[in-house]
Amino acid sequence: MAIELVKERYNGQINTVLIGGESSRSCVRIGGETCLPFLFDEGKMPCPPVVAYEVLDCRPRDWTEHLIEPYGDVIDDPVKWAKMCVDAFGAQVLCVRLASMHPDYDDGDISRSLDILRKIADKAGVPLIVVGSGDDERDNDIMPKVSQALKGENCLLGLATQANYKTLTATCLADGHSIIADSPIDINIAKQVNILISDMGFDDKRIVMHPTTTSLGYGMEYVYSIMERARLAAFAGDKLLSMPFIVFVGQETWRTKEAREYGKTQGINWEITTAVSLIQAGANLIVMRHSDAANSVKRYINLLTPNQ
Amino acid sequence: MIVIGELINGMYKSVTRAITNKDARHIQRLAADQVKSGAAILDLNAGPYSEKPIDDMKWLVETVQGVVSVPLSIDSARIDVMEAAMKIASNRVVINSTNADDDRMAAIFALVKRHGAQVIGVATDKDGVPDSKEKRVELAAKIISKASEFGIPMEDLYLDPIAMPVNVAQGQGVQVMESIRDFRALCEPALNTVMGLSNVSQGAKKHRDLINMTFLAMAMANGLTAVILNPLDQELMDALIAAEIILNKAVYCDSFLDAYRKRR
Repeated sequence: MAIELVKERYNGQINTVLIGGESSRSCVRIGGETCLPFLFDEGKMPCPPVVAYEVLDCRPRDWTEHLIEPYGDVIDDPVKWAKMCVDAFGAQVLCVRLASMHPDYDDGDISRSLDILRKIADKAGVPLIVVGSGDDERDNDIMPKVSQALKGENCLLGLATQANYKTLTATCLADGHSIIADSPIDINIAKQVNILISDMGFDDKRIVMHPTTTSLGYGMEYVYSIMERARLAAFAGDKLLSMPFIVFVGQETWRTKEAREYGKTQGINWEITTAVSLIQAGANLIVMRHSDAANSVKRYINLLTPNQ
Repeated sequence: MIVIGELINGMYKSVTRAITNKDARHIQRLAADQVKSGAAILDLNAGPYSEKPIDDMKWLVETVQGVVSVPLSIDSARIDVMEAAMKIASNRVVINSTNADDDRMAAIFALVKRHGAQVIGVATDKDGVPDSKEKRVELAAKIISKASEFGIPMEDLYLDPIAMPVNVAQGQGVQVMESIRDFRALCEPALNTVMGLSNVSQGAKKHRDLINMTFLAMAMANGLTAVILNPLDQELMDALIAAEIILNKAVYCDSFLDAYRKRR
């Protein structure tokens, strides 16, 4: 006797967020799904997950040789690096991390980073995600300047946390950018950050959630369960959890010894496997580092998405 | 939790006055305020003293539909009133209600089926309100069986175990709680259960709000899925939301009251 598979039907839908503005040759949309990833018999997934390539505003200090290799000499020039991601690797979106701004890193000059960002926006011609240095005080100083410099580009800026969301929210609101709401693998805090941001008058349909993830081998099941729970709540109608997810796969993967110390192939495979696991958990925007890993993940997404 | 707003009811003098004077603004304000406060369905009752119940109900339906788009619960003992309302309602309606008497069920279920409506089945019959859980379950089973006969989808049926005032029938509280649990075991997936909450504290001289709030939380813990209440009572709605959180029906966050109100 044939087994009939149970098909779930949901009423809720993940918000669709558009990224890209005046200088982008094409914009990207993320979200919009009405079902768990790739379960096309149960609902729609109008926007397949999108891979974003990570670019730093300075030469990376802690990247392994394998990770730097595909970029060669351009790794010293963020604008050329960004352009290479687009021209050679087909990046649809770039994620620029302002690493040089961190007080413990370069404690760099913001005008240099702003110049880089402006050039990347103009020359790369793709939508931009920009994340700060990770130091709250510094980011509250620099992100309003970043936001203003990129006004009209409809970027995705981050990260807004429960303890530090007001400056970034206000500046995104003023300059028309979308925002990344960050939470520490905690669905309750994820929801709280979303409500705090929306209470400032920010359109909750312009929020993208960063649930804080992990790498393969470091608690992926837990991360999966948190992301899945948020998704099921959204599909059940919880508008404060109906935002698409962004995940920083490259950052999480390439800090592990498994990716760094056991050769190039294992490192790339570690990034691929982490990415596909998080895509299956519901991730919409996947920020990656190694170009080979990013290519494989794009092929994986195409393979699972009909009519691509 | 499905909240059915109870305030547009001719038992309230101001509503009777508004119906008599065709004061649409008063009714529309009540409708809009209830929906804003969380009502997913609005109960309409022209009151026991209405001289033209069909005309009054039609006026209420039209008036309310002018400002809100939620489904309406047509609360009347008369079938011709129900039918008149159904004909002009823009959304599916909930018929409030039938008891378990065969004749009444047959007439109401035929109407419900014809109009694709939802219906509340109250676990009472010609002998009145049962005094035991067993009798309530027996009547609920009878309602389910009759509704099935008429081809009414089970998701369109709400079962009401009928809450009794605590000051006159104190022993009924436990019977009602257990009935909710047992009603839900009668079908798979479980049917919606509903009750008129304010009945529980009817006649109590003090602390009516506290009685209602406590009863609601206990009933929710026993599986109640819909309730007819005053959504403008903020403390009561706060208790409802807290109960939803404790029962894991909504995801907690520190601003859970605010979040629940904004989530839909």
